[in-house]
Amino acid sequence: MADGAKPVLDVRGLQTVFRTRGGDIHAVNSVSFHLKPGELLGVVGESGSGKSVTMMSLIGLLPMPPAEVRAGEVLLGDTDILKISAEELQKVRGRRIGFVFQDPMTSLNPVFTVGNQVMEPLRWHMGMNKKQAFARAVELLDLVGIPDAARRMKDYPHQFSGGMRQRVMIAIALACDPEVLIADEPTTALDVTIQAQIIELVKELRTKLGMAIVWITHDLGVIAGIADRVMVMYGGQVVEQGPVAELFANPQHPYTRALLKTIPSVTGERETRLKVIEGQPPILGAAPSACPFMPRCAHSFARCAVENPPRRPIGRAEVGWGHDVACHWDARSGGPHA
Amino acid sequence: MLTFTIRRLLFAIPTLLFISLVIFLILELAPGDPLADMPMTIPPDVKEKIRLSLGLGRPAYIRYGLWLYNLFVTEPSYWIDSAFHTHLADGAQRIISFQTRAPVFDTIAERIPQTLLVVGMGYLVGTLISLPIGIISAYKQYSWFDQFGTFVSMVGFSVPTFVTGVMLIVIFSVMIPSTSFFWLPSIYDTTLRVTDWNSFVLQFRQMIMPVFVLALYQAAQVSRYMRASMLDNLSMDYVRTARAKGLSERVLLLKHVLRNSLIPVITVIALGVPSIFTGAIITENVFKVNGLGQQLLLSIQGNDAPMVLTISFIFAILIVLFNLIADVLYGILDPRIRYD
Repeated sequence: MADGAKPVLDVRGLQTVFRTRGGDIHAVNSVSFHLKPGELLGVVGESGSGKSVTMMSLIGLLPMPPAEVRAGEVLLGDTDILKISAEELQKVRGRRIGFVFQDPMTSLNPVFTVGNQVMEPLRWHMGMNKKQAFARAVELLDLVGIPDAARRMKDYPHQFSGGMRQRVMIAIALACDPEVLIADEPTTALDVTIQAQIIELVKELRTKLGMAIVWITHDLGVIAGIADRVMVMYGGQVVEQGPVAELFANPQHPYTRALLKTIPSVTGERETRLKVIEGQPPILGAAPSACPFMPRCAHSFARCAVENPPRRPIGRAEVGWGHDVACHWDARSGGPHA
Repeated sequence: MLTFTIRRLLFAIPTLLFISLVIFLILELAPGDPLADMPMTIPPDVKEKIRLSLGLGRPAYIRYGLWLYNLFVTEPSYWIDSAFHTHLADGAQRIISFQTRAPVFDTIAERIPQTLLVVGMGYLVGTLISLPIGIISAYKQYSWFDQFGTFVSMVGFSVPTFVTGVMLIVIFSVMIPSTSFFWLPSIYDTTLRVTDWNSFVLQFRQMIMPVFVLALYQAAQVSRYMRASMLDNLSMDYVRTARAKGLSERVLLLKHVLRNSLIPVITVIALGVPSIFTGAIITENVFKVNGLGQQLLLSIQGNDAPMVLTISFIFAILIVLFNLIADVLYGILDPRIRYD
């Protein structure tokens, strides 16, 4: 291990398949990553790249069937949570791994009060009585910055704004003081100013509570602001991974490089048109035998069509611990990698 | 909510008056003679006297006005008299049936218990079994249970009650010998009084078939609504949130999803309550249950305008009332809906 810290979450070779009538869709293909205590891992990629599916398969949130986790292990501490029973997994969800979803407008149950919904995991996992749970829930709502928390416990979700609802969602996810918080595009459905507030809130909570966070987004700007490490996903696999500064300064994969070019600049000459990556993301009908990015790649050559590139380290650290890329092309030499 | 309810109740008054007028006019314009059932031997001049004595000699608007007056003034004063031993009514003329020459409300009071017992029981049983069926069908979508439930409700919903009723009679009252344990009576005996265990068993046995027919029809409908509503909600984001909290599937289903799914279903159930009084006309006839529905049919056949008008008007009141109740329930169950 590179820096000696034992990861709280270690995912190895995760493979998730959706069984449909038209055949299997290979949504996640041998994805491996780990999360150190207190670390914030940013996961980027376009829609359909397998970001959310990866995270949801970790704790069995995908509807099964049609989804099916075919291979891999997910070590939370020392237990492989893919192998444990459904009842034991329920004790992990919400207790040791908290989840925040994309759309706060629909993620809360409309017919129960916000207080009820925040108290639920406390009573369920922590065995608190009503009074204790109420007190703790008020604390939590206060922590996530909901003004007049005690009074608002009795309000229903529709009486909250989008940003406030997302704060409630975060309070629910943090209720049992989890080791890992997975935030699946938590700011995508919010407008920019609220987005900034939520990001600030998460940053602040992270320093206060010290849990590890996986932050899924397709907004590279957000990642640059908060992540320690970045994992770029494409076509259901990890194409590049590395520390945030290193990856932004020195992107290796043609996809990452293209993604970084699509960010419009706020300084300098105004572009006439926004940059795009030409083409469509792949439909993963079979386990890939070629590089999934090949059809859209400017640097592809013969080998890309016959061999799906494995992740290889850039620099000395082994794959997953430093900077690594899954590409046959070598960005540094500008030619095929030996 | 209270102002909403009061406003709606006030609005119901002109609606109901209009309904009563329409029913009255339909009966007035319909061909038919209340004396048609009388023996042919009665001389025409006697018949004319009988007609006058029934009040048919007066113009239509006076008869309508009198009916309204009797319904809202005379009848209630009789009810108050019998409850508190007062003398408000003072022997005033009540609404009289053309057929029986007895007060319409006496007949209704005689008939309502049978209707409530048989039809109400059918509605209750049907509703109670439909809810778990709907929940399980949705949770285990496309399982054998769901497929079977879909088939049964399709049959229950598409085969009319007069077919299922007659089929049951053929099987359980005709084909099975009357000495058998499985034989069931096809005629409902209203005179039966439940006094001991044996009479209770008899009452139970004679209720089985009509209640089953009505319950099947009701369950077929409501279980479909319940299933559809559960399915709608099962795919909602908040269900995923609840799952991510680590709640058990049981809590998830019976607390989070059920509460949301019940909102439209309760409305359907409440709106269906008036049909306990109105909708069982056919079933009551098939099983010879002398309830309100059967009385309505008899009165229509006998051109008994006051009886038809009064029973229809009671149905109208019930429908308007339960529409209001459904709206109020909707507001209570769904915090997003507020009427004030």
